[in-house]
Amino acid sequence: MTRYIITRIIHAIPLLLGITLISFFIMQMAPGDYFTKLQLNPEISKDTMEQLRLRFGFDKPLIIQYFKWLSGVIRMDLGNSFVYQIPVSVLIKERLFNTLLLSIVSIIIIWFIAIPLGILCATHRNKWIDIFLSGTSFIGISIPSFFLAFLLLYAASTTGFLPTGGITDAEHSSYTIFGKLSDYIKHLIIPSFVIALANIAGLMRIMRSNMLDEINQPYTILARAKGLSAARTTYKHVLRNAINPLITIFGYQISGILSGAALTEIILSWPGMGKLMLDAILQQDLYLVMANLFISSMLLIVGNLFADVMLAMADPRIRK
Amino acid sequence: MKNHKLALFGAIILFALYLTAIFADFFAPYSFDTEKRQKAYHPPVKIHFDPMPYVYDYKVEFHEGIKTFTPVIDKKYYIKFFSKGRLFGVDEPANIFILGSDWNGRDILSRIIYGGRISLSVGLIGIFISLFLGLAAGGISGYFGGITDNVFMRLVELLMCFPSFYLMLALRAVFPISMSSTSVYIMITVILAFIGWPSLARVIRGMVLSLKAREYVLAAKSLGGNTSRILFRHILPQTFSYAIVSATLSIPGYILSESALSLLGLGITEPHTSWGNMLNRAMSISDMQLHPWILWPGIFICVTVAAFNFLGDGLRDMLDPKKCHEA
Repeated sequence: MTRYIITRIIHAIPLLLGITLISFFIMQMAPGDYFTKLQLNPEISKDTMEQLRLRFGFDKPLIIQYFKWLSGVIRMDLGNSFVYQIPVSVLIKERLFNTLLLSIVSIIIIWFIAIPLGILCATHRNKWIDIFLSGTSFIGISIPSFFLAFLLLYAASTTGFLPTGGITDAEHSSYTIFGKLSDYIKHLIIPSFVIALANIAGLMRIMRSNMLDEINQPYTILARAKGLSAARTTYKHVLRNAINPLITIFGYQISGILSGAALTEIILSWPGMGKLMLDAILQQDLYLVMANLFISSMLLIVGNLFADVMLAMADPRIRK
Repeated sequence: MKNHKLALFGAIILFALYLTAIFADFFAPYSFDTEKRQKAYHPPVKIHFDPMPYVYDYKVEFHEGIKTFTPVIDKKYYIKFFSKGRLFGVDEPANIFILGSDWNGRDILSRIIYGGRISLSVGLIGIFISLFLGLAAGGISGYFGGITDNVFMRLVELLMCFPSFYLMLALRAVFPISMSSTSVYIMITVILAFIGWPSLARVIRGMVLSLKAREYVLAAKSLGGNTSRILFRHILPQTFSYAIVSATLSIPGYILSESALSLLGLGITEPHTSWGNMLNRAMSISDMQLHPWILWPGIFICVTVAAFNFLGDGLRDMLDPKKCHEA
């Protein structure tokens, strides 16, 4: 097992290198840089500009700039933001936490709702509840997350029931501990539900069809024939086999949620990495964009690795 | 059977949507840039029947800074069909804002119909480029194997490592923020195609790997068919049914990406219209709360996405008869 994990990690290294390379060159292709914008500002003299360029190493050839940045990355130094004039890592750390918080809460919601619903649909196949849930799931898949976000924002702003954005109230610091906690939860409800809905619908459909596949297997008939109760067959045998392939989906889901969360974050003004990325792009804050791209892809790779390891733990055929 | 009916239903909706978008000049009551500044944020106009359909003109009043629209019931304005080369319209000063008007007093329904030209075609053109790249890359790397395969597949893996939304934003940054609408349109399709081809290429490669071991390929080889003929005439056509289904199912993703970019102000810009940039104003909560009808383009996005899903699901079942028994 340890060997499997180590080989997987070693496999990820060239990918990470490739990611840094692509991120760097995509940003180099962008027309002008942060300094071309500064030049428009008459208050900044030519000398200061030159000094700034020198300080950020913009006078060196591209390849040297890249290796300078890369050697910094290895030392956990992602460079400085041009706009905020502080290390990029400081900016990202806080935002990363918020994004992860939102994603993890969403994933928990998705799995806790989708799996039972999928089982329910499969065990009550073609009954009204199955038809109702399958129909609803189709709607769930078809509503784009940003539109759902708008609808919920509209509902929240007209009823005043839930906050309409951000991660905390303005008076957050004056609350008691419980007040703070419930404040966080209140702010999490809309964004996590927006991210969860489409995924719940998708996962539920997959769970349903996996269950149905397994229910028709000979071993299920054998279990029933030797006198095992229907509930025991379903939960002890069918469920375990049906849930196994879903572990792979888990890895893909992490990537989908990270990517999907960004837009939801921007619309619901959740202070996560999505908003940071958008602002960085609009301001051509080179190092911040690269760091964002790099960290988000790293999360994706870690997510896939995590899913592979879990799959290997669950299924001995995969570990060689 | 149930799915076949749904697929047909989806196809009919899509046909209607594309038809109205293509003949927008006929179906839309106004042009996409007809502005009636005094009638900004006009609520949807009520249509009355006597039995001919007619509407009232609306009077604009300000009460403590809040704009109100009240119908003037002195005069009826009958809806005129097939006048001035458009399907329907009313005489001035009344307006037929069936879905209301936006912040510049432009008819939302008309802008949706014109916006469909962009929102609906971006997906089609994008997927077409993706399919072309995916089939070519997947076919070549599957058929030739070795170093070619290795290079292509590593590149594919690498591109799939980026969360697509972040990659899309980064690629958007490669182009200047303000561009002409034609170049923005081309840019968006290119970005979407670039993000979309890797996953297709991977699956096509897998299919080509198994297809090239078939006997008919061996037969073609021994009959002296050259490589490109075998690959493009015999092997790749076998993957088309999969490619078409997966294309249909991935068009919604392209449409949504275009909407997202335009929504954030990075895509199609004013005065041109796409469903995404019409929703841009909804980002301000107070605007949306007071004028919820500006959300209408979102409904059209939902309907389009659902229709493509119906069609794709149905197509998949038709091409894979095994599945029909299960569902």
